[in-house]
Amino acid sequence: MNDDRQFCTFLVDGMYFGVDVLKVQEVIRYQDMTRVPLAHAVIRGLINLRGQIVTAVDLRRRLGLEDRAEGALPMNVVVRTGEGAMSLLVDEIGDVVTVEPESFERTPETLTGVTRDLLLGVYKLKDRLLLIMDTEKAVGLAAAA
Amino acid sequence: MAELDDLVREFLVESNENLDRLDQDFVALEQDPGARERIASIFRTIHTIKGTCGFLGFSKLESVTHVGENLLSKLRDAELEVNSEIVTALLKMVDGVREILGNIEGGTGEGNGDYTDIIATLTRLKDGRGSGGGASGPKPPAVGEQAEHPDEASEPVDPAGSDQTGSDHAGSDHARPEPGRPGEPVASGAAAASSGAAAAGGAGGGGIRVDVGLLDKLMNLVGELVLARNQILQFSAATENATLAGSTQRLNLITTELQEGVMKTRMQPIGNVWSKFPRIVRDLSQMCGKKVRVEMEGKDTELDKTIIEAIKDPLTHIIRNSVDHGIESPEKRKAAGKPEEGLLSLRAFHEGGQVNIEIIDDGGGVNIERVKKKALEKGLITAEHAARMGDREACNLIFLPGFSTAEKVTNVSGRGVGMDVVKTNIEKIGGSVDVQSREGAGTTLRIRIPLTLAIIPALIITSGGDRYAIPQVSLLELVRLEEEQAKKGIETIHGAPVYRLRGNLLPLVYLNRELGTGSSGPGAADGAVNIVVLQADERQFGLVVDEINDTEEIVVKPLGKLFKGLSTFAGATIMGDGRVALILDVMGLAQKANVVSENRDRGVPESASRSDEAGAAKQTLLLFRVSDTRRMAIPLTLVARLEEFPRSAIEMSGDQPVMQYRGQIMPLVSLSKVLSEHGMGVATASGAAESDTVQVIVHTRNERSIGLVVDRISDIVEERLVVQRTGIRPGILGSAVIEKKVTELLDVDGVIGSVLREDEAGVGAGGAR
Repeated sequence: MNDDRQFCTFLVDGMYFGVDVLKVQEVIRYQDMTRVPLAHAVIRGLINLRGQIVTAVDLRRRLGLEDRAEGALPMNVVVRTGEGAMSLLVDEIGDVVTVEPESFERTPETLTGVTRDLLLGVYKLKDRLLLIMDTEKAVGLAAAA
Repeated sequence: MAELDDLVREFLVESNENLDRLDQDFVALEQDPGARERIASIFRTIHTIKGTCGFLGFSKLESVTHVGENLLSKLRDAELEVNSEIVTALLKMVDGVREILGNIEGGTGEGNGDYTDIIATLTRLKDGRGSGGGASGPKPPAVGEQAEHPDEASEPVDPAGSDQTGSDHAGSDHARPEPGRPGEPVASGAAAASSGAAAAGGAGGGGIRVDVGLLDKLMNLVGELVLARNQILQFSAATENATLAGSTQRLNLITTELQEGVMKTRMQPIGNVWSKFPRIVRDLSQMCGKKVRVEMEGKDTELDKTIIEAIKDPLTHIIRNSVDHGIESPEKRKAAGKPEEGLLSLRAFHEGGQVNIEIIDDGGGVNIERVKKKALEKGLITAEHAARMGDREACNLIFLPGFSTAEKVTNVSGRGVGMDVVKTNIEKIGGSVDVQSREGAGTTLRIRIPLTLAIIPALIITSGGDRYAIPQVSLLELVRLEEEQAKKGIETIHGAPVYRLRGNLLPLVYLNRELGTGSSGPGAADGAVNIVVLQADERQFGLVVDEINDTEEIVVKPLGKLFKGLSTFAGATIMGDGRVALILDVMGLAQKANVVSENRDRGVPESASRSDEAGAAKQTLLLFRVSDTRRMAIPLTLVARLEEFPRSAIEMSGDQPVMQYRGQIMPLVSLSKVLSEHGMGVATASGAAESDTVQVIVHTRNERSIGLVVDRISDIVEERLVVQRTGIRPGILGSAVIEKKVTELLDVDGVIGSVLREDEAGVGAGGAR
């Protein structure tokens, strides 16, 4: 038993995010989506995941970033949430990393805006920072609305 | 310990089932006090419960059932006679038992309820009468226990009734959901302290108890299987492989059968809900001082469990309403020349994939004028609207929120919440409700609900490049306007597009505009306009879509909370190609498009032909023209399809014009020619004949199609047909006035016979080729 934690990592607009591996159901390639007219813009559509209908939330839009370049297909990080399985659309998938608890720090106060709301904290890795995302908040639209 | 828990659970399930039956038995017993067998059966049930709870150590329950058993044994041995007071007391005991069972199930032991009153009443009744004293009323001679409960003895029957309904309800909430238990036999007394095996044996060995959760899971799996099947079907259709096609076919059949089978396991007879009603009606009518008899028809009509659950409360509400408002007091009924006893009948039957439930009372009916007045007072409709409103529409005003005509609010009903809730609840499960009433003669409430919610037939359409599913229940018809027609047919009123559908204005809603998808104006690429005519809350509207694809059985999946604010979608489903399609919520869409406005003012009344439901049989007729002057009609039932062909497609087979149609050779009958040959003196082949296309009514008989060539197909109308025999000629059955114009009725048999008799054989051979 040690306190090391594992995170599934991914990139969104150059930012290096991590989600607790225990919350991740699976990572899949780009899937055809059915758009939902009139729904919130961050909802990119519905995916058929082996008979299960999964809502895809675009993290770029969620974080208030610009859309991906035309033709750049996002990847799906399917996470388990209180609402059932949801897919986070990200730019690129990283490794699963193991971090030591000592390297954790709370989100710096200077960071403001949506990104701050969605972060649980930061792990200082050797060469970069891993931003830990709160999946419940990421798929909750109360703040984004 | 776990073993005991199992025993207790078993006991609870079984007892709750038995108690439900007891309610019915008691009410039936009251009507037919001499039924010894029924008493014996009730006695056995109570005895079973008593025996088991003694065994399990529920002393309170035992004491309550014990006195009941004593009283029942006297009834059984004919020492006492059944009367209303005894039945009320026994029903109260049943409620008490339910309450205790509910407490046990809730894990609070037997609860703190005080049942000494019930025990005292039962004991008094048991001791209080000799075998001769059948009449209810005066107090029985004093007995020991009475001294301790002086109030109890004089307690009137009525308040007891109100208590009972309340606790009855609570009891039923506690009752465990059980899977179908058709025709459950009376458990024998010996099976008393039974374990599961004994219970199953008692039920005739033909049934087992299955957890509802398991059935739900099975249903979900079957849903998945249906989807997978659809995908394979689609794939196999695109692939030419005989083996694959064969196995796909088998898979298809098996899946369908499996789906039906699993759905059947979830089916429960509606009688399960109805069984509570005699008791409710009895209690209520006693409270209101009315006499009401309940009749049931179609108890065995089966419905999905979830739907049964969903209609339980609305139905109860309607029943209470009928007894409280509908049926008059005995005096009033007598004065009106009706039997003192009111009749409340419940009917259920299947019709076209839906279940109809009718609640009919022979009471005072809805006073249309009062309803209108009330609705005006409450500002629910405008005066002008009220004046225009048909009787039937006015009747349905009772479903508006905040509506009540009851002059006084009783504790039963009349607070003005209720019927709108009933309507909302029924609509929530995809049903509809309609009320018809004749003043003085009674009211009929008709509920139509789908058989099941999980898998529904739907129409698949395309709009803005995406597919959507529209539940077939709201679908009325499909209209396709070619470019020319669309230009002429669609008019606008200050920007709002409308289409004249058989003389009525049909408001048009463009789906892609409503959804904000694609700016492609009206219609598809070829300029044609596809209109899906939908029904939402008594209003019809036309939904303009890009393409109409097909009908399909779809598996409804709910949308997550993220879409809570989206009233336009009812859910999602997975199509045969694996893509997700959204299911349109017709009601929500109508509201969004302001077809149904917030205050539910229906605006334009329904067309005259619809609101006038004088009852005579109406027929749907196809109107067409043969040469420019003749207006003719045939019943739509004789029409298989309407087609338009290029004139060049007509070929000749001997003297007979024919056409290749769906792999057959279809003989064509030119009506203008046939009718003129009969000496009708009609100018044949007028201007229309030179056009490039021919309009054909396809009539199918004995699996062979025959095309009737007409000059123009005009319309489809629904009309009460009064045929005047004066116009009878060869090929003409007679004339009728349809839409205020004289119209001839075509004698299809005559026309076809006269043309095809000679070459019947030849055509037959042609069809086989």
